[in-house]
Amino acid sequence: MSTVVNIVIYGVIMGGVYGLIAMGLTLQYGVGKILNVSHGEFLMLSAMTSCTLVKAGLHPLLSFLICLPAAFIIGFIINITIYRYLRKVSKDEATFESNAMLMSFGLYFILANIGLKIWGTLSKSYQYYSYPVKILGATIAVNRLIILAIAIIFIVAFFIFLNKTRIGKSIRATSQSTTAAAMMGVKINRTMAICFGTGGLLAAAAGVLIGMALSPTAQVGLSNTVIALIVVVLGGMGSIPGAVLGGLLIGLVGQAVSFIDSSLVMVANYLMVLILLLLRPKGLLGR
Amino acid sequence: MIYKFNFRKDVQYIVVAAVVIFFAFVPLFGSTYTLTLSSTIMMYIVMSLSWSMFSGPTGYISLASGAFVGLGFYASGFLSSSLPLPMLMLVGGLVSFALAAIIGAVTLRLRGVYFTIFTFCLVELVKAVMTWYEIMIVRKRGLNVRNFGTDTAFYAMLVMVAITLIVVVVIKRSRFGMALTGIGESEDAASHIGIHTTRTKVFGFAISAFLMGTVGAVRATMLHHIDPGSSFNMMFSFLPVLMCVFGGMKTFLGPIIGAAVFAILQYNLITEMPQIYMIIFGAIMILAILFMPTGIVGVYERVINRIKKGKSKKGGTDDANA
Repeated sequence: MSTVVNIVIYGVIMGGVYGLIAMGLTLQYGVGKILNVSHGEFLMLSAMTSCTLVKAGLHPLLSFLICLPAAFIIGFIINITIYRYLRKVSKDEATFESNAMLMSFGLYFILANIGLKIWGTLSKSYQYYSYPVKILGATIAVNRLIILAIAIIFIVAFFIFLNKTRIGKSIRATSQSTTAAAMMGVKINRTMAICFGTGGLLAAAAGVLIGMALSPTAQVGLSNTVIALIVVVLGGMGSIPGAVLGGLLIGLVGQAVSFIDSSLVMVANYLMVLILLLLRPKGLLGR
Repeated sequence: MIYKFNFRKDVQYIVVAAVVIFFAFVPLFGSTYTLTLSSTIMMYIVMSLSWSMFSGPTGYISLASGAFVGLGFYASGFLSSSLPLPMLMLVGGLVSFALAAIIGAVTLRLRGVYFTIFTFCLVELVKAVMTWYEIMIVRKRGLNVRNFGTDTAFYAMLVMVAITLIVVVVIKRSRFGMALTGIGESEDAASHIGIHTTRTKVFGFAISAFLMGTVGAVRATMLHHIDPGSSFNMMFSFLPVLMCVFGGMKTFLGPIIGAAVFAILQYNLITEMPQIYMIIFGAIMILAILFMPTGIVGVYERVINRIKKGKSKKGGTDDANA
C-alpha cells in the first residue's frame, strides 16, 4: 500500500514538473510553429543559476525572481532577432517550421555548452526543507511537496493568464489562425515573442524547482527536452491542457516503471507514445 | 532513356571520383595521423551523404543517425572476435536497416515534426535499452572491439564512401529518387499520381540507415572500447544535419564539403577547447540557416552565375536579383 502511495505521490510531483516544461514547449510550437530543441537548456541554465545563487546566500524562492525574468528576456530577444528574421525570409510555413527547428539545434549547441563551460559536469545542490514527513505510510521529503505546490501554482497562474488576460486572448487567437488574428488587429510579432519568452520562463520555473531537490548537473538539458517532447506528443502538439495531462501520465508511468527497473523508464515512455500514435495520431487532447 | 553527358553538370562527379581514387593511394605515403583523420572525415561524409539522400529531397528531418551508427558500433562489439570486417559492416547495416524500417513504418505515416521527435527520442531509447542490457544481463560496462589495423579501417571507409556516392547518384537519377523529391515538394500530389508515399519514405529512410550502420561498424574497430554513452551519441545525430545545412542540403557536393570542413575542425579543436568549439558550431548553424539557406554550394553557384551574367551582358543592369 505504501509503495502505491509512494509511486502516486512521486509520480504527481514529477508530473507537475514535466507538465510545466511541456507547457512551455507546446506554447512555443502551437503559436510560433517553433519546435524548440533548446528548451531543456533554459531549464538547465536556470537550475544551475539558482543553485549557484542559493549557495551564495540567496533564499531559494527569491531565485525565481531572478531566473524567470532572465529566461523570459532571453527568449524574447532570441525570438525578435533570429526567429523574426527567419520568418521574414522563409518562403512558406513548412520551410519556416523545419528551418526554425534546425536553428534551435544551433541554440542548443550554444546554450548547452555555455552551461558546461561555466559549471562543468559536477552536480549542484543545496539543502532546503530536505527532512522527510510521512503521508499515508509513504515517506516524502518536504521540499518535494513544495515543488508540487509551486508547480501547481504556476500551472494555474498560466491558465488564468491564458484565459483571462488580453495578451492571453491574443495568444489563443494567434494559435488558432495567424492570418485571421492579424486581421483582427492582434500584433502577431509581439505575441509570438511573448510566447517564446513565456515558454522559456516556464522551463526556467521548472529548472528552479529541479534545483530545489534533484541536484542538477549542466547536462540535464537534453534529457528534459526529450521528456518534454514525449509529453507534448502524448498530450497533442499545441494543446496546453494536453501538456499537463501528458506530464502527469509520463510522471506516473515513469515512477511506476522505475520502481521495477529505473533504466527502463525511457523504454516505457517511448512504447506508450508509439502505441498512442498508432491509435490516435493527434495525441490525447490534440485538435 | 539514353543518358546524355553534360560537362557543366557532370564535372563534379568526375572530380569526386578522381578524389576517391587518389585517396586509395594515401596509405602508401600517409602517416597514421593522416589515415585516422581521413577515416574520420570519410565516416562523416558517408553519414551526411546518406542523411541528405533521404532528408534532403523529402524534407523529413531525421535525428536517428546516432542510433544507426551506434547499432553499427555494437554489431562490431558483439561479433568482431569471430567475423571479418565486411561481415561486421553487413550486420551493422542490416540491423540499422531493420530498425529504420520498423520505426519508419510506424512514424513516417505521420507528417512533419512527429517524425523528427521520434527519431530524436530513438537515440535515447536505444541507449537506455543497451545500458539496461549491460547492467542487468551481462553485468559488464562496454565491450572491447578488435582492431583490424588503420589501413584496413581506412580502406573500409573508402569503399563505403564509393558505395554511398554511387547509391546517392543512382537514386537521384532513378524513379525512386524522383518519388522522394515529389514527396518533398507536395506529398498529396505525389500520392495522387500513384506514388506509394509511405513505402517510398520507409525504404529511403532504411537505405540511409543501412549506410550509417556500416560506417558505424568500421568506426568501432578504430576505438578499441565502446559503451552505450559513446555509441548512441546525440552528436552523431546532430553533426550530419549541421554539415548538410552548412554545405547545402539539396546539392550533391554540399554534404561532402560540409562533412570535410567540420570533421577537420572537430579533429583539431575538440581536445583543446571542446565547449568553445561546440558554441562556434551552434553559431555557424544559426548563421548558415539565416544567411545561406542553400548552403555554401548555393552561395558559390550564385557568385558564379553573377559573374557569368555580368560578362555576357557587358554592363547589363538587370542582374540585381541573380
